[in-house]
Amino acid sequence: MDSFYALMGGFEIALTFQNLGLAFLGCFLGTIIGALPGLGPSNGVAILIPLAFSLGLDPTSAMILLTSVYYGAMYGGRISSILLNIPGDEPALMTTLDGYPMAKQGRAGEALAISGVASFVGSFFATCGLVFFAPLLVKFALLFQPADYFALYVLAFATLGGVSSTNQAKAAFAAALGLGIAMIGVDGQTGVPRFAFGEVHLYDGIDFLVAIVGLFALSEVFIFLEHRGDGSGEGKEAKMTIGRITPSFEMLKFCTPTMIRSTILGFLAGVLPGAGASLGSFMAYSAEKALVNKNDTFGKGDPRGVAAPEAGNNSAAGGALVPMLALGVPGSGTTAVLLAMLLALNITPGPLLFTKNPDVVWGLTAALFIANFMLLFMNIPLVGLFVRVLLIPPKFLMPIVAMVSFVGIYGISGSTFDLMVMVVFGIMGWGLRKLEIPLVPVIMGILLGNAMEANLRRAMTIDNGDWTQLFHSPLSIGLWTVAVVGFVLPIIFGKAVKMRIQRAKAESDGLSD
Amino acid sequence: MGDRIFGGIGLVVAAFFIWQATQIQLSFISDPFGPKVFPYMIGTVLALASLAIMLRPDAAPKWPEAARLAEIGVAAVVLFAYAYALPIAGFIIATTLAAAYLSWRLGTKPVQALLAGVAISIGIYVVFHLILGLSLARGPLGF
Repeated sequence: MDSFYALMGGFEIALTFQNLGLAFLGCFLGTIIGALPGLGPSNGVAILIPLAFSLGLDPTSAMILLTSVYYGAMYGGRISSILLNIPGDEPALMTTLDGYPMAKQGRAGEALAISGVASFVGSFFATCGLVFFAPLLVKFALLFQPADYFALYVLAFATLGGVSSTNQAKAAFAAALGLGIAMIGVDGQTGVPRFAFGEVHLYDGIDFLVAIVGLFALSEVFIFLEHRGDGSGEGKEAKMTIGRITPSFEMLKFCTPTMIRSTILGFLAGVLPGAGASLGSFMAYSAEKALVNKNDTFGKGDPRGVAAPEAGNNSAAGGALVPMLALGVPGSGTTAVLLAMLLALNITPGPLLFTKNPDVVWGLTAALFIANFMLLFMNIPLVGLFVRVLLIPPKFLMPIVAMVSFVGIYGISGSTFDLMVMVVFGIMGWGLRKLEIPLVPVIMGILLGNAMEANLRRAMTIDNGDWTQLFHSPLSIGLWTVAVVGFVLPIIFGKAVKMRIQRAKAESDGLSD
Repeated sequence: MGDRIFGGIGLVVAAFFIWQATQIQLSFISDPFGPKVFPYMIGTVLALASLAIMLRPDAAPKWPEAARLAEIGVAAVVLFAYAYALPIAGFIIATTLAAAYLSWRLGTKPVQALLAGVAISIGIYVVFHLILGLSLARGPLGF
C-alpha cells in the first residue's frame, strides 16, 4: 500500500505543466526515433541526453523526458516493421514477420492498430509491475554487502554476454574493454592517475556520455556511409494503403490471451539484467507460435503474430527499468543509457534512491502511466503522421544525427577534446559492429567499472584482503551460481536461439521477395 | 580471417593494458587491494577473450572495398576537422560545411547537399540555440 500512496505523490509531480509537456515531447520524439530505421531507443536516447542536460532540467523532469522517448521508441519501432519490412529498431525485428504480410494484404491499418494496442497493454502492465516489484527488490537489495554487489555486477555482465550474444568470447571482450576504459583517470580511492599517459584531459576519465553518443549514434553514420548506394540504407516508399486504423472488438478479443501471455514473458525478460527488449519480443513470439499456431497462420499475417512481439518488447522495456532503478544495474542497452543520465545528474540509482530521491522514482513512474495514454493516442489515431516521417531519406537524416550529437556534447562540456574523443568512439563503434562485438557490454563496462571496482575493494578492505570472502554469504554464492549458469548455459543452448531468430528472418524474407 | 587478426590485436591491447597497469604509481595511502589489481583482472579477461576469439573465429565479416574504407576514413577526418574548427569558425559555418559534406557523401547532388547543409545548420541553430537556449560555439562573426 505504501507504494500506492507514493505513486499518488508521484502523480502530483508528474501532473505539472512542464512535466506533462516534456512527457508529450518525449513520446512524440520517441515515436519518430523508433519509426526511423537507423535510429533506435538506445542511440535516440543517447543523442537526447546532452540536450536534457544542457537545458538544465531537474533530475525528475530529465528522466521523464528520456524515459518517454524510450517508451515512445518501443511503440514507434513497429511502424516501419509493418509498412516497410525494415525493423525501425532491433526489438521490432520480430514484428516484421507477421506485420509486413498483413500490410501486403492491405491490412496495414489493422496491423498498426492491433500492435499499438499490444504495445499499450505491454507497457501499461509492465509499469504496474514496476510499481509492485521495484520496492520489493529494494527491500531485498538493502541486504546486499559490497561482496554481493560485486557478484551482482559480474552476474549482469555474464547474463548479458550469455543470453544476448552469439559469441560469448566477444561479449566478454566487450565487457573487459568497457571496464578498461572506465579505469582511465584518477583512482578514486588513492588519488593516483591510471592510464592517463600524462594527458591532463584524461585525468577526469572518459566521460561516459561522450562514449555513449560516439558508440551508438556516430557509428550509425559510419555504417550508412559504408552502405551508401547498395540499397540496404535507402528509404523505401511507404505506398501501401493503410486501411482502417481502429481495431475491431473481435480482433481485440482474439488477441487478448496472446497479449497477456506475451506481457508476462516480456516483463520477465526485461527484469533479467542484461537481456532486454529484443529477447522479450523474441520469446513472446516464439512462445505464441508454439502455443496457438494451429492452422499454420504465423508468418503469413496472423494478427497474434503482431500482438505478441509488440506486447513482449514494450513489457520488457518497462521490466528493464526495475533492476536499473532498484539495483543500479541496467537490464538493457537503453536503460544503461538512462543510468548514465542519472549518474551525470549526480543521482545514484540503487536501493537508496527510493529513500533519498523518492520524487524521481515515483514522479517518473507516474509520468510513464500518463505517457502510455499519450502514446496510445499518438500511435493509433495519429499514426498517419508518423508514417510520413519514414519518407526522410538517410542522406538527410544521418547528417542531422551527427550534427545533433556534436551539438549535445559541445553543449555539456564545451571542449573540443571531448568531441574528438567522441569521433574516436564513433570509429571504434563502427569497427566493433563490423566484427559483431556487442556494444552494450562496452557501455555497461564504462558505466559500472568504477562502482564494480569500488565494491570489490570495499569488500577486500572489510576482510583484509581475504579472497574467499567474495563467496562467503549465501546470497553471493547464489549470485555467482546464476552468473556462471547464465554465461555457460547459453554457450550450449544459446546458439540455437540466435540461429532461430535468423532463420525466422530469412523465412520472412523468402516470403516477401 | 577478420576475427583471427582482431584476436591478435586484442592480445596486444591486453598486454599493453597490463604493462600500463604495472606502471601505476602507488601513493602513500592505500587499501589492501590497491589500484592495480582490478586492472590486472580486466587485462586477464581481455587476453583470455582475445585468445578465444582467435582460436574459434566466426565467419569473416564482409569488409568494404578499399574505396569505401577510405570514404569512412575521410569522413572521420572531416569530423575531427569539424571538432577542431568549431570554436574557430563558429557554429553555423563549420556545421554547414560538415553537414553538407556528409549529405553529399551519402548520395545528395553537390548543390543540393550544400543547401541541405545550410538548412541543417540553421535549423539546429534556431531550435537548439534560439528556442532552447543551448550555448553553441561562437565564431568571430558572432554565430
